[in-house]
Amino acid sequence: MRLRLAALVPLVFCLTALGALFTPTQADETPAPSPAASASAGATSSPPDADYYIAVQLLDSSKKAADGTSGVPVPDVKLTVVDDAKADVGSSVTDAEGRVYIPIDGGGKYTVELDEDSLPDGVKLSGSASTTKTVQVFLEGATNVQFQIGVTAVKATPFLTEFSQAMFNGIKYGLIIALAGLGLSLVFGTTGLTNFAHGELITFGAIAAYVFNRGFGLPVIIAGILAVVASAALGWIQDKGLWGPLRKRGTGLIAMMIVSIGLALLVRSLFQYFFGGSTRTYSEYVAQGPNKIGSLRIADKELAIVGIAIIVIVVTCILLARTRLGKAMRAVADNPALAASSGMRVDSVITAVWVLGTALTGLSGVLYAVDKQVSFVMGFKILLLVFAAVTLGGLGTIWGAILGSLIIGIVDEVGPVFGVPASIKDVGPLLVLVLILLVRPQGLLGKAQRIG
Amino acid sequence: MPANLKRSTGEAATASLVDVPRVPGAPKPDPIVKGDNITRTFGGLKAVDVQHIEIQRGVITALIGPNGAGKTTLFNLLTGFDVPDTGAWSFNDKSLAKVAAFKVARAGMVRTFQLTKVLAKLTVIENMRLGATGQRGEKIWSAPFKSLWGSQEDEITARADELLERFKLDAKREDFAGSLSGGQRKLLEMARSLMVDPELIMLDEPMAGVNPALKQSLLGHVKSLRDEGRTVLFVEHDMDMVREISDWVIVMAQGQIVAEGTPESVMADPAVIDAYLGAHHDTDLTELDPAELEAQAEAELDAEAAAEEAKE
Amino acid sequence: MDFGNIIDAALSQALGPQAIVFALAAIGLNIHFGYTGLLNFGQSGFMAIAGFGLAVSVVRFDLPFFVGVLIALVTPVLLALVLGVPTLRLRADYLAIVTIASSEILRLILGAVEFKDVFGGSNGLTGFVRPFQDLNPYSGPLDLGIVSWSRSDLWSLTVGWILVALGCLLVWALMRSPWGRILRSIREDEDAVRSLGKNVFSYKLQALILGGVFGGLAGLFHVLKQGSAVPTDFNTTFTFYAYAALLVGGAARVLGPVVGSIIFWFLVAGLGELFDQLTDGSGVNLPTWLMTDTQASLVRFIVLGLGLMLLMIFRPQGIFGDRREIAIDAR
Repeated sequence: MRLRLAALVPLVFCLTALGALFTPTQADETPAPSPAASASAGATSSPPDADYYIAVQLLDSSKKAADGTSGVPVPDVKLTVVDDAKADVGSSVTDAEGRVYIPIDGGGKYTVELDEDSLPDGVKLSGSASTTKTVQVFLEGATNVQFQIGVTAVKATPFLTEFSQAMFNGIKYGLIIALAGLGLSLVFGTTGLTNFAHGELITFGAIAAYVFNRGFGLPVIIAGILAVVASAALGWIQDKGLWGPLRKRGTGLIAMMIVSIGLALLVRSLFQYFFGGSTRTYSEYVAQGPNKIGSLRIADKELAIVGIAIIVIVVTCILLARTRLGKAMRAVADNPALAASSGMRVDSVITAVWVLGTALTGLSGVLYAVDKQVSFVMGFKILLLVFAAVTLGGLGTIWGAILGSLIIGIVDEVGPVFGVPASIKDVGPLLVLVLILLVRPQGLLGKAQRIG
Repeated sequence: MPANLKRSTGEAATASLVDVPRVPGAPKPDPIVKGDNITRTFGGLKAVDVQHIEIQRGVITALIGPNGAGKTTLFNLLTGFDVPDTGAWSFNDKSLAKVAAFKVARAGMVRTFQLTKVLAKLTVIENMRLGATGQRGEKIWSAPFKSLWGSQEDEITARADELLERFKLDAKREDFAGSLSGGQRKLLEMARSLMVDPELIMLDEPMAGVNPALKQSLLGHVKSLRDEGRTVLFVEHDMDMVREISDWVIVMAQGQIVAEGTPESVMADPAVIDAYLGAHHDTDLTELDPAELEAQAEAELDAEAAAEEAKE
Repeated sequence: MDFGNIIDAALSQALGPQAIVFALAAIGLNIHFGYTGLLNFGQSGFMAIAGFGLAVSVVRFDLPFFVGVLIALVTPVLLALVLGVPTLRLRADYLAIVTIASSEILRLILGAVEFKDVFGGSNGLTGFVRPFQDLNPYSGPLDLGIVSWSRSDLWSLTVGWILVALGCLLVWALMRSPWGRILRSIREDEDAVRSLGKNVFSYKLQALILGGVFGGLAGLFHVLKQGSAVPTDFNTTFTFYAYAALLVGGAARVLGPVVGSIIFWFLVAGLGELFDQLTDGSGVNLPTWLMTDTQASLVRFIVLGLGLMLLMIFRPQGIFGDRREIAIDAR
């Protein structure tokens, strides 16, 4: 957010100096008073006074420059940067050196689009080179993006390698979703609450770990463990302070769901208030070089994420299946009235569910943040996929949540291999969800129910 | 009131059943409902397994049986609120198997519910008006124009007021139905189903949760339904009520019809007494293992609870 | 501190075009949720499909403007059919998840770089509102002292508030009819309605379509007053805000969505301006350790979230609702 003002200066400059070339981006008049109002920014031809920016230099490598170096600058080409939410971040045209700098709002995933029509006559992108490039921005300063001009395109990765890499990423993503999905499913199963604030519980885990890590200087592993403990505590506080009292008042499920929508907005705004709008990273395991395992490229941290997630999920399932508390949880989920009448302390069981569910969700946030970065919207952004996973598997069923999550994660990551445009890969899992619900409304592992 | 409804009396009803054999699935002289081979299983347990059933027109038939015998499930199946595994049945010789609930009601077969379903946030008179069929104002294109449905609404209201008076609910006309007592809700639900003008009215436990002071008047109302020519089928646990008002009794246990007859003959039937007491005797009943019975009862309750939840 | 500015900002938003978009969308949600009990969390999808229905038909297919408007009103009907037919026989949650998912699918596809040729990518589409602006009968801006609007806003306001008034009139006429009685009964207990011979599915579908068309009107009006159709305008948070507006005003009240949208925007804009002024570095200011100018813009969302929670807990019938016949069981 603090970049917005910084970006205004070059914007004014651009409007006057490059008025004719500059295409103004859409006026910022979203109907929703979006908290992360997208900043319209222009560009300068010298590195901008911004913490993060995308830098592109277009050189036509089919020609030799006057000084003998290969590549002639390509001026007057329009480039646009779009963020992960598809919001326009800024656009500008290359200067005489073929350079362009476009300030951005901090780290995250960005897509740079090259306007092919603005390329001078006779200059073409090489082979099948794409006019869009997606970059992951981690560090402050310049992030360079290259477009191939005048050279033969690099040979594409073999399909099988690409596919198995995507499968691995999908499983990893699916496991992260599964942890959060287990939490959501446990709470839904026992209380019937559709919790729209669940995404913020994911974010809470990630931010708590960030605070322990960057704030107190603890190693990420310790910080992560503490964050899970803090999440568990938050689960207890939530149940004792909000959901428990609401249940006792006899608040209806729909009213509670709307309360959760309010809570989500409140907590998300508080995160943004105190944590800021930018994307940040932990102090360790940020840009870990991948190992080559067979044809796959997998970083150590990714192996650790997958390992931790699998262990925790297995342990949770064993807990639920074997222990007294686990059985009590399932009994309450099956039939709260029956459980209560058979002398079970339903309220304590539900509190336990909140503690366990929030802790699992917090862990999911920590792992997700280690894999990517921390931001105040990270949970909100994947909430829909978590919902989709849980519904797909069958609302309230534990195995369903896990199976659904893996399907969602894999479809999301593998889709692009089969030609789903990367920028809309989230469409894949949502479509799968809708289609499966049409065929099997109770979800994959849900019990068939009588339907009027 | 449909033209084919003939005013009847208790004597006439009894007389029409005098020659009917007192065996399960007995054929009736003038059946309004005929069903064959109706089954419904919940998780392996057969909740309903009815070989043959006939309901005599113009009489009050009671459907009794221990908990979990499948009475309510049979109700749900016949009225389209549940889908059977197998089976066929007809109402006035028109097949209604697997027909949607609203079409069953339109055909003239209207039910009430064990847990009354009055609409608590509508007033009593609005509850009544909702019951009327063929309302022009229920079509979206004519709804905005009161001139198109206003006069019909007045007729409906007049009819509703008559019924409210008959069921002694006229004083509550403008109250929200949520403020009524349990017994008054039962009455309102019954009165509202009469707005549909059904030939067959199916009451699921009309006495459950009704204050004893109201019971007698409720019995009177049920009888009056028959006396104005409607057929009544009701599920009940209250044996006094069964004895007092029913012309015919069908006994279910473990999903099957195990006995049929007049109230007197059925109540004297040792098989029926056993079914209720769950005792082990060598009778013509299916072997009744109490534990099994209980398990089945629970399974059915669970399934019903799940279905209730699913609908919420 | 300039209270005049705060009131001006608050009032011009509360009565301005944005409040109209909210009011129209919330009227639709009122039909869905308030009267029928349908959980549509994808109202932004209905808006998007209508807004882009107009934009694409005019910009890409060169169709006349008014044909585009017609298309914009038909597309929400189609969307409602696609979403409603398979889900309305199922539990209420399914409609919720399918609507929210489909509105996201729509937003992602409309904004995708790959479909730039059709939907214009993240910049969306422009250049289709000329005929609308040409109809503007006003010659200049309006300045009432405390509030002022530009000439084009004035035209949008006139059209918008007339639409809102007609919408309210229609809802009022429908909801006092036997048709509306069935919807309110479905909200409370579908089975009771079924047992009385009413085709519940058909009524739910009619309600979904009608409410969806109001969502479409909101989207149509939004792109008209803005002069462009931009995918990010139609995100899921919009739907949540529209719900908030509806609940503030009172669900299942004819004027609930309108009053709610006005109050919603009065508060959002007023609080925004107030805290902007408290952090702008001149006059009375909050200490920066407490609040910076970036943080100031967030206060309204914090208040909004907290307000929605408290409202739902303590006054679920909204400001004007009647507790005995509220849409939501909250005791």
